[in-house]
Amino acid sequence: MQSVVEIRHLSKSYRRGEQVLAVLKNISFDIPEGEFLALMGPSGSGKSTLLNLIAGIDKPDSGEIRIGGVDITSLSESQLADWRAAHVGFVFQFYNLIPVLTAFENVELPLLLTHLNGKQRKQHVETALSMMGLGDRMLHYPSELSGGQQQRVAIARAVVTDPTILVADEPTGDLDRASADDILNLLTRLNLELGKTIILVTHDPHAAQSARVIRHLDKGVLDATKALI
Amino acid sequence: MYLLKLVIRNALRHRLRTGLTLLGIVVAILAFGLLRTVVNAWYAGAESTSASRLITRNAISLVFPLPITYQEKIRKIPGVSGVSYANWFGGVYISEKNFFPQLAIEPASYLELYPEYILPEDQKKAFFIDRKGAIIGKKLADQFGWKVGDVVPLRGTIFPGNWSFTIRGIYHATEKKTDTSQFFFHWDYLNETLKRTVPRRANYVGLYIVGLTHPEHAAVVAREIDNTFKNSLAETLTETEKAFQLSFVEMTEAILVAVQIVSIVIIVIIMAVMANTMAMTARERAAEYATLKALGFAPPFLAKLIFGESLAIAALGGALGIACTFPVAIAFGNAMGALFKVFYVSWQTVAAQLAAALVVGAVAAILPTWRASHVKIADGLRSL
Repeated sequence: MQSVVEIRHLSKSYRRGEQVLAVLKNISFDIPEGEFLALMGPSGSGKSTLLNLIAGIDKPDSGEIRIGGVDITSLSESQLADWRAAHVGFVFQFYNLIPVLTAFENVELPLLLTHLNGKQRKQHVETALSMMGLGDRMLHYPSELSGGQQQRVAIARAVVTDPTILVADEPTGDLDRASADDILNLLTRLNLELGKTIILVTHDPHAAQSARVIRHLDKGVLDATKALI
Repeated sequence: MYLLKLVIRNALRHRLRTGLTLLGIVVAILAFGLLRTVVNAWYAGAESTSASRLITRNAISLVFPLPITYQEKIRKIPGVSGVSYANWFGGVYISEKNFFPQLAIEPASYLELYPEYILPEDQKKAFFIDRKGAIIGKKLADQFGWKVGDVVPLRGTIFPGNWSFTIRGIYHATEKKTDTSQFFFHWDYLNETLKRTVPRRANYVGLYIVGLTHPEHAAVVAREIDNTFKNSLAETLTETEKAFQLSFVEMTEAILVAVQIVSIVIIVIIMAVMANTMAMTARERAAEYATLKALGFAPPFLAKLIFGESLAIAALGGALGIACTFPVAIAFGNAMGALFKVFYVSWQTVAAQLAAALVVGAVAAILPTWRASHVKIADGLRSL
């Protein structure tokens, strides 16, 4: 299968005062289209940093990241913003919904950056929210929804633009077991039924089991072997 | 539309904070407007002057009078269309706190030179024929509830004695800036009384009002008048009516400068308060801004959000402050009595208030916008 994500010799470090902390060390790997990959590792292993680099919200020190054939490390900030709007769907640990917007309006947000008209946007939003089982919660504000429901709104927002990749950073970290399973099932369905490429960062082995491939990151180095589920 | 919705909802998110900030802006804009109106009122005398009038007074000081005989000599100077004269009376009505300007005038020539004082013809005639008659401005009539026929007793200070006048007319003005708080009576009445009581003070006037045929010749005519009386016992100083009025304002210029500085300080203070509010708001929403940026919204969108919210709060506060200025200015003007000749909120003051409110809103948004635009998305997301 063709690789949608190609990473070559990727390094990233942070400076803390005089000290330079290497977070990612010369990482190279590919993610095929339609993959559901779980990145695991202890805190500080660099998994979230790697996810941020793949999603184009951070810049590496060196190396290359190609997503769908585009080297995103060579894009300017504004080009990256446009690229993210078109190709990346984000699911965050704390949902990151805009509290003053309803579920419908939150999901509609990324569509404002497309050329869709109001009617088309409405159709897309309703489809995405119905797919998440929230057809009857469209006009609810985030504060009126449970954690699991809020995360489902966030997933609807992530998929509504039909992005190339879906990145999820600890999406079940703030949820109880039942809600977490619910979210993991949704991600699995998106991968299996819609063929979405998903990159999941988690330190929870149970959550990682939902993925088809698990890769471990430790002290900025990716393990050599893939664990296939 | 979406942006506007988001701006409004964001502004209403912390209602107490927004409400208190709004209250601060309302008070600041109201105070700013009121102080500017006070300054304007101070200059009102100069603003209401005419370019076609000169004032001639004693060159030594205004307190020294000029002989009445100068009138005819001035009238003969080329460029002079008419001459009148007046004496500052300085009487007290019941007590000193009831101050209002009283002038002894030559009615016919004076009113001819001041067409902005509108007096009904029958009242004018009644005033002309009653040597103990007086005319008063509408503001003064309203202040004391005086009407035509009322007798007003005044205790003289510059011209001692008890004086009494019958109100024969109430004038009003064609323009807001015209002073309608004055009290005019016959110079002849004053002069005849002086002839009997203090003869050496009779036949003198405080100042001459000189009408010009061509206002552009004011400097030449003024020089000619002063040259006419050079080396006489009472040399003159002639200046435009505006310069004459401004000479009074200059006496209190330090106070006016202080008032103007205070009005600006008020705006700077509310600017700091507003900037603090917006900085707190932006700091709390760092994760939301980072999320929007992650979704692909560029910094200009964040700028519109933050500027929009800041300007919306400032504009609303400004509008409420302006709306409050009018009734407060009326109450303030009434409380001040005749201290200010005219006291009204000008459109220039309203424009300055609105501009001040918008500047406050815009300045307050600069730093939060810069921060939101420059913060790294990953750092912003971590600030939850």
